[in-house]
Amino acid sequence: MTAATLFQPRRSSKILRNVGFVALPLLVLVWSLADLTLGRELLEWIPYLASGFAMNILIALCAMVLGTLVGVLFGILELVPYRLLRYPVVAYVQIFRNAPHLVLIFATTYIFPFEIVVFGNYLPFPDWVKAVIGLAIPASAYIAEITRGAILSIPTTQWEAAKGLGFSRNQTLRRIILPQCLRRSLPPWMNVAASITMGTALASLVGVHELLHAATDASTAVRRLDFTVIAYIVVMAAFFTLCYPIARLTRRLERRFNAA
Amino acid sequence: MNISADNAIVRLEDVHLSFGQTEVLKGIDLTVNRGDAVSIIGPSGSGKSTILRCINALVQPQSGRITVNRTRVDQLTRESERIALRKRVGIVFQQYNLFPHLTVLDNIVLAPTRILGTDRREAEKLARELLEKVRLAEKANAYPGQLSGGQQQRVAIARALAMKPELVLFDEVTSALDPETVGEVLWVIRDLIRDGMTSILVTHEMRFAEEISDTVVFTENGRIIDQGSPEQIFHSADNPRVRQFVSGLSGRGPVRDGEGI
Ligand SMILES: Nc1ncnc2c1ncn2[C@@H]1O[C@H](COP(=O)(O)OP(=O)(O)O)[C@@H](O)[C@H]1O
Ligand SMILES: [Mg+2]
Repeated sequence: MTAATLFQPRRSSKILRNVGFVALPLLVLVWSLADLTLGRELLEWIPYLASGFAMNILIALCAMVLGTLVGVLFGILELVPYRLLRYPVVAYVQIFRNAPHLVLIFATTYIFPFEIVVFGNYLPFPDWVKAVIGLAIPASAYIAEITRGAILSIPTTQWEAAKGLGFSRNQTLRRIILPQCLRRSLPPWMNVAASITMGTALASLVGVHELLHAATDASTAVRRLDFTVIAYIVVMAAFFTLCYPIARLTRRLERRFNAA
Repeated sequence: MNISADNAIVRLEDVHLSFGQTEVLKGIDLTVNRGDAVSIIGPSGSGKSTILRCINALVQPQSGRITVNRTRVDQLTRESERIALRKRVGIVFQQYNLFPHLTVLDNIVLAPTRILGTDRREAEKLARELLEKVRLAEKANAYPGQLSGGQQQRVAIARALAMKPELVLFDEVTSALDPETVGEVLWVIRDLIRDGMTSILVTHEMRFAEEISDTVVFTENGRIIDQGSPEQIFHSADNPRVRQFVSGLSGRGPVRDGEGI
């Protein structure tokens, strides 16, 4: 391999990264300085936008944790020999893997009550938690498929070797198969993470105070076309900063695993 | 030869096994005495691997009796009973099947610690002794992917021995290896047999089988059609099929004593 071919992809990705990490923030900065009234307005609204963005991160993290726990469990259950257990799980995965995220967020928002009763106490069931569930459902369906695929990709000779040593099915899965699945499923898992992170913006449509919702609030309050435009540029830049590193890392891991 | 009942560690009597419609074992009778090495030879597809897999209950025959050290293997119904048997019967496969995510040492330590409940320190000590025995002491921290086929196979043997089995089954353990590394694996097996480990080997290494076996068994088409001492099978077989097979293959797979070690 020549130096040029090694260098080429790096330079093009560097340019891309610059667009996201430098160009968008730079545009916001230059524009704010060129029109100081706009800049002052934006500065005033930044804390409000930031609190919205914190909500996106919270929803994404919770949805991924929940989705991963349920997804890995369901991926394993999709392969158990008992039909009574397997069929409902397969149905769940097939249905929710192909359901639009927005529909699920609307469904969870309007199906679940606004508060739940636990031992006589009324606990609030906030909208953002419903959005977490609405996103965790498709995440768990994708992750179940990733887990199932990874388990099936491990050669049967590994099961046989473990069996020959006296491992039970569950011990084999836990000690030998799943650890090997980890590295195979990390890149597709990160794809899901990026997709769910972007999906958190949908929560704005059911009234969750997240970044997109905050930007809409701000532009309604300020009533300036240029402010509306710059607010949405800030939204884009924020999502880019969050998702692009995930995508980059995924691609790097994929390349490393393919080489190994 | 001593064939008294109490000296037999493995006994198969009229074992029949089918996979669906295909009858793979058509009445196998085989006795292996404690401390003996028995080689099973015969054409591919004749049921050699299946015989081994019956002995440690990886497959269940439709009829016949299988006894391993007073355990009636054919009558085991629960998975926990089969697991108890497999702890006592080691098996080494053609493709070594090491666990690629674990170091050599962890490959060997995993089963004793997780299945026998041996404490980690003790299991590691035994693992290092076994690695010494298979001449791979310096590879304890390597990953399987960094080893040659012959080295991986020797680790697989150490892994089986770490369970302190009563007998070890070897299923064509050199067939997948580069010719240069066959010798180092045979070396290890020869040592093991000399130390008195009861072994049943499926092999195509005829000279090796002749050298180390107490009994050689010839299978064809799901039946044992001849068995006897190595001298009988390799040099004075009555059965024309055995003579033909042995002469056709005897040039293959010479024993490379100690090569590459
Ligand atoms: N799990 C299985 N399902 C169906 N057929 C099998 C299975 N295992 C082995 N066989 C068949 O049984 C026969 C004997 O196989 P095997 O014991 O592996 O022979 P050998 O080890 O002597 O080459 C072959 O014809 C093989 O195709
Ligand atoms: Mg075979």
